[in-house]
Amino acid sequence: MSKVIVVTSGKGGVGKTTTSASFAAGLAKRGHKTAVIDFDIGLRNLDLIMGCERRVVYDFINVINGDATLNQALIRDKRVDNLLVLPASQTRDKDALTLEGVGKVLHELEHDFHCEYIICDSPAGIEKGAFLALYFADEAIVVTNPEVSSVRDADRILGILSSKSRRAVEGLDPVREHLLVARYDARRVVGGEMLGLDDIKGILGIPILGVVPESPAVLQSSNIGTPIVLDGGDPAAVAYNDMVDRYLGQDRPLRFLEPEKKGLLKRLFGS
Amino acid sequence: MPLFEFLRRQPKTARVAKERLQIILAHERAHRNAPDFLPTLQQEILKVVEKYFPIEPETVKVNLERHATYARLELNIALPLQAATG
Repeated sequence: MSKVIVVTSGKGGVGKTTTSASFAAGLAKRGHKTAVIDFDIGLRNLDLIMGCERRVVYDFINVINGDATLNQALIRDKRVDNLLVLPASQTRDKDALTLEGVGKVLHELEHDFHCEYIICDSPAGIEKGAFLALYFADEAIVVTNPEVSSVRDADRILGILSSKSRRAVEGLDPVREHLLVARYDARRVVGGEMLGLDDIKGILGIPILGVVPESPAVLQSSNIGTPIVLDGGDPAAVAYNDMVDRYLGQDRPLRFLEPEKKGLLKRLFGS
Repeated sequence: MPLFEFLRRQPKTARVAKERLQIILAHERAHRNAPDFLPTLQQEILKVVEKYFPIEPETVKVNLERHATYARLELNIALPLQAATG
């Protein structure tokens, strides 16, 4: 049985693709066969973040239309075994993605490719692509930032998960929801100028899977096409590794919730 | 200048953000599960009632409340005084 996990948010630019790439790479690195699918039809970007943009030959829509087999379209990651990437199409025809087509691809990933985890990287918004990315989900990672509009949109997506997903429609156990707070700046939270984790948790009411601190390394890892989780000791990489371990059931207390202690010189002259 | 940062009074805007979110989300959640046909239902009820009473469109309130084992459809129509007595 494979587990289908949607990474979603409603709002754009909060870190869905960064999270999808790092979560998938983290699971694969720990030995779990994982596929990550880009659902953002027309605005393919997961390939860039994963660093495999020059290896794309066929895409998700080619597979759905029968122009290519799934095996031809899947890109096997060169750094991590057990990691498969299915890129989005660059077509402008949003209707190319169909419920049956998506269901067929997921079924094949489970039964022919024996994937343990299938990560669906949702596009922003609540249109067809976002709906299809969440429809088949067993679990959802809702990504938000400590900022009013992304928290509101996260709440909206939670509503859609509980009413429009396959699990909701078919009356099965509800989609298991996890919250990931990205771009967290503990110093600003302490200063009272940014929503804190407890505020966000209280408002959205779902369990926290991870808190990723604001870090310049996230941009840099996207520059070179390496998921941040594979990028060593940066706080954001540590936070994503913690998140993967936590997801797999290990006890990892949340970190980066307190501001870094600055030395006297830094405090006087800034960092 | 970080040296004088402590002299600047920081407004605690995070608290305002939290309160605004709590209010708007409470409102949006209450209307989230309303089925799409409610506005049409409201229009049709309005037409029927209009045949008998002169009423204003905004006096018809249709609300669907979901509970664990049942749902309640609530209709609330405020009639003008003379219509109700006449």
